[in-house]
Amino acid sequence: MADVAPLICRDIHKTFDQNEVLKGISLETRKGDVVSLIGSSGSGKSTFLRCINLLETPTSGDIIVHGDPIRFKTDRKGERIPADNRQVEQIRARLSMVFQGFNLWSHMTVLENVIEAPVHVLKMPRKEAIERAEAYLHKVGIYERKDYYPAQMSGGQQQRAAIARALAMEPEVMLFDEPTSALDPELVGEVLKVMQGLAEEGRTMIVVTHEMAFARDVSSQVLFLHQGVIEEQGSPEKVFDHPESERMQQFLAPRF
Amino acid sequence: MIDLKGYGPQLAEGAVVTIELALLSLLLALFLGLTGAAAKLSASRVARGVATTYTTIVRGVPDLVMMLLFYYGGQVLVNGISDLLYEHYEIDWFFQFDPFISGVLTIGLIFGAYMAETFRGAFLAVEAGQIEAARAYGFTRWHTFRRVMAPQMMRHALPGIGNNWQVLLKTTALVSIIGLTDMVRVAEEAAKAERSPFLFFIPVAAVYLALTAVTELFIKWLDRRANVGVVQGEG
Repeated sequence: MADVAPLICRDIHKTFDQNEVLKGISLETRKGDVVSLIGSSGSGKSTFLRCINLLETPTSGDIIVHGDPIRFKTDRKGERIPADNRQVEQIRARLSMVFQGFNLWSHMTVLENVIEAPVHVLKMPRKEAIERAEAYLHKVGIYERKDYYPAQMSGGQQQRAAIARALAMEPEVMLFDEPTSALDPELVGEVLKVMQGLAEEGRTMIVVTHEMAFARDVSSQVLFLHQGVIEEQGSPEKVFDHPESERMQQFLAPRF
Repeated sequence: MIDLKGYGPQLAEGAVVTIELALLSLLLALFLGLTGAAAKLSASRVARGVATTYTTIVRGVPDLVMMLLFYYGGQVLVNGISDLLYEHYEIDWFFQFDPFISGVLTIGLIFGAYMAETFRGAFLAVEAGQIEAARAYGFTRWHTFRRVMAPQMMRHALPGIGNNWQVLLKTTALVSIIGLTDMVRVAEEAAKAERSPFLFFIPVAAVYLALTAVTELFIKWLDRRANVGVVQGEG
């Protein structure tokens, strides 16, 4: 069987009130792709990521997850909304997200955080979910902290726990929304190292990031967004070393 | 022991009535409060309008006036509905408003409005990211509410619930006015008959104080449980 693309986005537009934030973004991934979305604040990269798992509903455009297109309809106010919430929930379960602010559930221990969605969304037996969770907690290096509450850990540890939570869903695609932006500089490395490990394992990842070294060294595809459009797209070599657009050249140029 | 001049058992029965009344009213108030808060936070303009009208009216009218209105007005209303049902549909339905039911309904309705505000604030205090994470992992709305919203908002709601409960408990004393033989009513009659107000009202005050003190401890215990995972400053 030919490999089905894990995720295809076609001509995604998003308008908030009168303000068009995304002006037609398309993206096609193959299995094992690591796509970095870069660009300055306000370029629309986070909004695009949030459109992929329907945290924002795209104003127009298609999202196809492993061959399964998300169905939309128009509500009474004339706004586009997902046609089937059940489908959205199923699709979200296959696209786990890692947030800038970690967003671990603060009233649950690390282990409870990691098994919550497998047990209650994937309906996995608890025992199996715990085994899986422990394996992933080992992998991200915080197994020893599994009974801690999020507030008792450093930012880097919390983000690694959040990555374990995402992994425990064994998702089709992992979405990272500026995963290191809220971290103290000395904690960035431990999170990036875990992410690099995942990339090397062949997991499909879409990463919104300001870490240019990560985008250059780890990704297979880089998208540079500016004011809601893709200004530059391609391999890291092409985007970083031979950028065609003036914007990308400015973006890379030292600014002080 | 204090000699209650034979009124002891009656006072004890009255205390049980007070507790039953308070607990049932609390249940109703919690239910109305959650519903009211959900309505106030909902996207539907109609739901928001209904809930706002409810809390505005109820919080603006004196408890006693509302209780009298319910006790006397409620029966008139039920009679009307009963006649209507019988005339038009031949349905034989009747409902007798007694002071206890009027008390539960009135106090539940009043404190439901206060609870609605408490819950609304508590829901708004839950960090948006916590809810967003639940949505992003494919939780249904109900699952998000049950596993994330409810446990996290409890932390913010409990102090308010505790306050409301204390005031609610004391408000039950008002039902003695519409003729329910609660603790206060028994004490009032006994005090009149025996001409010794201190003998009867001081024990009643002590019972209220004991009840609020015990529930205070219970709320503190709940609060500790609700704050699990929250790192708090010393002192």
